[in-house]
Amino acid sequence: MTATAITMMIIAMVTVWGGLIAAIVNLARHPEVAETEPDTLRVEL
Amino acid sequence: MATATTQTRRREAFGSRNVFILSAIGSAVGLGNIWRFPYVAYEGGGGAFLIPYLCALLTAGIPLLFFDYAIGHRFRGSAPLAFRRIHRAAEPLGWWQVLICVVIAVYYAVIIAWAAMYTWFSAQLTWGPGNENDFFFTDFLQSADVAEGGISTDFVPQVGIPLVVVWLVVIVIMALGVKRGIGRANMILMPLLTVMFAILVVQSLFLPGAMEGLNAFFTPNWEALADPGVWASAYGHIFFSLSVAFGIMVTYSSYLKRKTDLTGSGLVVAFANSGFEILAGIGVFAALGFMAQAQGTDVSGVASSGIGLAFVAFPTIVSQATGGSIIGVLFFGALVFAGITSLISILEVIVAALQDKLGWSRVRTTLTVSIPLAVISMALFSTTTALTVLDTADAFVNAFGIMAVALVAVIVVAWVFHKLPVLKEHLNRRSSFRVGRIWMLLVGVLAPVVLGYLLVSELITKISEPYGGYPTWFLGVFGWGMVIALVVIGVLLSLMPWSGRSHAKDDPDYDEFLVDEHYDPDPETDTIRIAATHEKGAGA
Repeated sequence: MTATAITMMIIAMVTVWGGLIAAIVNLARHPEVAETEPDTLRVEL
Repeated sequence: MATATTQTRRREAFGSRNVFILSAIGSAVGLGNIWRFPYVAYEGGGGAFLIPYLCALLTAGIPLLFFDYAIGHRFRGSAPLAFRRIHRAAEPLGWWQVLICVVIAVYYAVIIAWAAMYTWFSAQLTWGPGNENDFFFTDFLQSADVAEGGISTDFVPQVGIPLVVVWLVVIVIMALGVKRGIGRANMILMPLLTVMFAILVVQSLFLPGAMEGLNAFFTPNWEALADPGVWASAYGHIFFSLSVAFGIMVTYSSYLKRKTDLTGSGLVVAFANSGFEILAGIGVFAALGFMAQAQGTDVSGVASSGIGLAFVAFPTIVSQATGGSIIGVLFFGALVFAGITSLISILEVIVAALQDKLGWSRVRTTLTVSIPLAVISMALFSTTTALTVLDTADAFVNAFGIMAVALVAVIVVAWVFHKLPVLKEHLNRRSSFRVGRIWMLLVGVLAPVVLGYLLVSELITKISEPYGGYPTWFLGVFGWGMVIALVVIGVLLSLMPWSGRSHAKDDPDYDEFLVDEHYDPDPETDTIRIAATHEKGAGA
């Protein structure tokens, strides 16, 4: 592989996989809010 | 005074945010990531393609993904119901998307069936080395010319039988529901797909000539960036790759819990999809580099995409490489898994729409939807003219189905009903990545411009010469006729009234959501107010 090709490969991996890691880290910092949604909804008739 | 306590159904939901994310990735990562992206990138300037690709991802793919999530989550319904809740007049858009999914589902299933058979063939090199091309078209598909005999009814058992199996598998997954069926299938298949693909890539990298393939794939051709066609193909690719704008993401996000971080999840889905594409590019071009070396030609001489890459080039590589059978089993197995996780998301658009419309149970709706689809799929795609019908339906439904509905949907939502501020507010209330005016401009202005350009150039190409050189009557029925019928039937379906049992009229879950979020009540489902009135009246 030429130096240019290797450089472009590394840039591609860093931007896309780096973006994925950044997105995962961001999501992990905002954990899911525990919600008390029951499975069924009770309706008074 | 008798107070009866009954239990009404809640909308189905994914078990957790992570299950939703995996399912959305499962939907986005499909056959296109594996067999389309590598060639599109190679053709579009190799390493230089990264620039238009990332631009398209950030300025169109991700904004449209957020747009779909916002619609599905804010209006909590399948595509027709969500669009109806935006405005009664927008409902045909939802049905149009459902019908697009009907068309895609019937042909997508048969590609999975082929890939399943090829997983088996790879293990024993059934095609016979050197005979890969003839084996696929003549021995396996028994392809016949539509120009000579019209649409064939000759059954091809080696395609038809696996096709039945594919349908049975997906019907079982669909019948089990969102949490136990779709969610669980993705929790199993997606990690498996990732591991299989990673092994495949590593193995390809050790083939002789692999580095030449990667060199061809990543060497930038900067001049390509001056070509508007390359930018258009980047936007077109991102658009198809992320499964946006044909109901899937609207449907899936309607199954998310109320407080879910929508944009944060969307970013993970979008980058995971692109990450998979880069991985596929490396794996495919490493293998093509080997093939070029084995045949004593350049990589440019063997590079291909789509069905030719998967069912002709890859079998050739499998025949020639040491340990080729393992490569073949991993590659075709990956196609099967990627295909199934996408097919169930496509079917869910249809099942969810009818469930909302009819208020039926999961199993009943699944069977009512899937069995006729399986029959149509068998009738058209287990015969000798399958490939021609598939090629035509795919080309037309992509251009004049998905792309057209996306264009109309962004214009209608942004400019006719001015709902972007509502959607922006909804995203920002619960999400870690905030969107603002730039997002509204990208969805409301850039997306329609790009989609409009792509649509017009597709129209010019397909009108100027008959697609694929197929006969006019054939293109009239399976190409133009089909895409026009989708719009007409979509409008007709939206004229059919919603019964009192449908979720448009009876959805306590949605009313409760609107109250909790302090949104205006829905005029059609406002059961809380109605229930209160009833109580007063029937208090004795």
